[in-house]
Amino acid sequence: MISTLGGFVLFLALGVTLYAAAAAVLGARAGREDWLASSRNAVLAHFCLVTLAIFLLEYALITSDFSLRYVANTSTRGSLTRYKIAGLWGSLEGSILLWEWLQALFAALVVARYSDRGPSGCRHLLPYVQAVLQGISAFFLLLMTFGANPFAPLFPVPPDGRGLNPLLEVTDMLIHPLLLYLGYVGFSVPFAFAMAALVTGRVSEEWLTITRRWTVVAWLFLTGGIFYGGWWSYRTLGWGGYWAWDPVENASFMPWLTGTAFIHSVMIQERKRMLRVWNLVLITLTFSLVIFGTFLTRSGILGSVHAFADGPVGVMFLAFLSLVLFFSFGLVAYRSDALKGHGELDSIVSRESAFLLNNLVLVGICFTVFLGTIFPLLAEAIRGTKISVGTPYFNRVSVPLGLALLLLMGIGPLIAWGRASLNNLRRNFLKPSLAALAGGAILVALGVRQAEILAAFVFCLFVIGTIVFEFLVGTRTRAKTMGEGLLTAFATLLLKSRRRYGGLIVHLGVVVAIVGIAVSSVYKVEREQTLKPGESMQVGPYSVRFDGMAAGERPTHILVWANLMAFKDGKPLHTLTPGQRYYPNQQSPFASVDARYHWNEDLYVILSAFERDGSSATFKVLINPMISWIWIGGGVILLGVIVAVLPERRLALLAMRAKAQVA
Amino acid sequence: MKKRKLKYLLAGGIVVAALAGMIYSGVQESMVYFYTPSELVQKKDAVQGKSLRVGGMVVERSIRWDPQTLLLTFQLTDGQGTVFVRHKGTAPDLFKEGAGAVVEGTWTSEGFFRSSNIMAKHSEEYKPPAHPETLESKKELFKSILKEGKP
Repeated sequence: MISTLGGFVLFLALGVTLYAAAAAVLGARAGREDWLASSRNAVLAHFCLVTLAIFLLEYALITSDFSLRYVANTSTRGSLTRYKIAGLWGSLEGSILLWEWLQALFAALVVARYSDRGPSGCRHLLPYVQAVLQGISAFFLLLMTFGANPFAPLFPVPPDGRGLNPLLEVTDMLIHPLLLYLGYVGFSVPFAFAMAALVTGRVSEEWLTITRRWTVVAWLFLTGGIFYGGWWSYRTLGWGGYWAWDPVENASFMPWLTGTAFIHSVMIQERKRMLRVWNLVLITLTFSLVIFGTFLTRSGILGSVHAFADGPVGVMFLAFLSLVLFFSFGLVAYRSDALKGHGELDSIVSRESAFLLNNLVLVGICFTVFLGTIFPLLAEAIRGTKISVGTPYFNRVSVPLGLALLLLMGIGPLIAWGRASLNNLRRNFLKPSLAALAGGAILVALGVRQAEILAAFVFCLFVIGTIVFEFLVGTRTRAKTMGEGLLTAFATLLLKSRRRYGGLIVHLGVVVAIVGIAVSSVYKVEREQTLKPGESMQVGPYSVRFDGMAAGERPTHILVWANLMAFKDGKPLHTLTPGQRYYPNQQSPFASVDARYHWNEDLYVILSAFERDGSSATFKVLINPMISWIWIGGGVILLGVIVAVLPERRLALLAMRAKAQVA
Repeated sequence: MKKRKLKYLLAGGIVVAALAGMIYSGVQESMVYFYTPSELVQKKDAVQGKSLRVGGMVVERSIRWDPQTLLLTFQLTDGQGTVFVRHKGTAPDLFKEGAGAVVEGTWTSEGFFRSSNIMAKHSEEYKPPAHPETLESKKELFKSILKEGKP
């Protein structure tokens, strides 16, 4: 029943989507306002239909209707309701439905936002934007109709479902995938505007200005998703790390890299009208990498822990990807005359060239990650041998490129446009450089010898220095010329150029995260040892005493844990209870790690093996210095983006309220 | 004008070349060949000391583990060839006899594979268990340390 109904709703949605796309294009060509209005209604109707499909599937999930194969695969009767709900994105078919729903939502938002308001050029672009967004929706609906139907029936109906992988039954499962999908879908909006700009020939800076906020918000979701994924992996997956260059991780990292490049290069085009083609290429690449990443991870083509194997889906993704690339690059070629930029680089010592270099490095990192990810496929296709490149490759290539990026992060925002004079360089960079070098000298004196760490620290100090000086000088100048207090001056400064200062705060967050990444990976201490009850092991300044094993029943599993007491310099510090979870019908247990999280150092313990009678247990103990800085950096980035995108009016209102309170 | 363009092309070329060089050396240094146990048995003299991945099935009743020295030994097979593996440390959660595993490390002159990393293969393919388990049957395993209450 629900299977037929769900299938019908999706089919109907496909029809409506195609109609909306066709009516938009034909209406724009014929200049028929009524067709365009009808298309807009169809976009909204499409959103309602997909919402209905989501409700149907969620209803089936919550009521444990195992006559749907998907429900049987992703939930059990005993699952908590929130994990039954999360079953929607627990496997391939449901994730595609969720993706398509977000796609429909964004299309509806675009229509609602721009159909009667917005910049004047919007009216011309909007029909084609709709057509592109509906085209993307049509792909996902086709995928569900022919390859990955979330409403596929299951017969005979099993008494109970298989349920999510217990690893996924955690609160993080409710957040991390949603963030990533919001990021992925978010980038389709600037992409659609870019395509519309190409189709209509309105290839100036208009589409960039319109989509600026969409792009930054999409970037924020993607960044948040990546950070959150690392945090989740670190706290629960039980290997003590947060990033493994796994294909699934790379799939989210590659569009992030090109998206980051896009956010920066857009500024050059706005200011200097250069790089028109480059920006179109970047947004196309970003969107294509989203699709490619999904293809890579969902088609099962690369052996990855995350990938669900599936047949026709991979082929359809690849076909769609080719279509996207063919059309967008075809359009760029078709409009090549109109795309000739006006600006020229005046000097190599300028903000433009710093941004250009930043773009080259970001795209370079993206290319190396891409190559490393598909290397096994290339090697097998070309030489017939199975070769892979692992973590050492990615680290080796990305560390120097990352350092170059870090340096550019200090230079880019402060160097002058056009041609930087010696005076400009001296004013902006002399003090930060000296401060950074002094910091480096102190580190050397303290005994830091690793070149990479030293370079990272010196560059980080340099970036922080430039940002701090920028804020200081700005605040002081404003306070002096406007006669304001320092705090008021600082606040108004933030408000007046939110984009610039929000961006600088984001940079600060990135630096904090980089410090965390560098220190935690270089100074990590790891030790594994077997202990009998009462025995201790020494790791760095810590001593960990094993006080025996225990086991207990939990609603869905049996938890076995070890009681540990951690001491630092002889003083009791923290109790730790790392364990393993045993689920019925799962052959292997799942780790349940424990740690003492602290702002400057985590003491992280994994129970790796134990005797069932509790007579001995093996522990892996890690000291992860400054790893929390990565998550703190993520928070600072979030703050910066919020400063950068919050609407002017709302901020002004907040400021007024704050003033009123003070007075 | 032409001269300037040339200059930028040259600068871009240098960046691209540096990138290509880094990628090339990175690949060269961290390339890991993947062999099946039977391939490794055939080529073992040629690949001594190189970093390799070997993937196969963990032979039934071959796992030995000494909790004191943390030395783990087992055999990997693909039906035609079998390789002895030594690993220092503990195995990942999904590692067990009769299941697939990939080990990363080197072939030693002493005639065994020294593993530095074990990756257990996880199958997403769902097979209903022959004997469905309950929480009670899992509980039975740990009855000697079982207690009420939270950790």
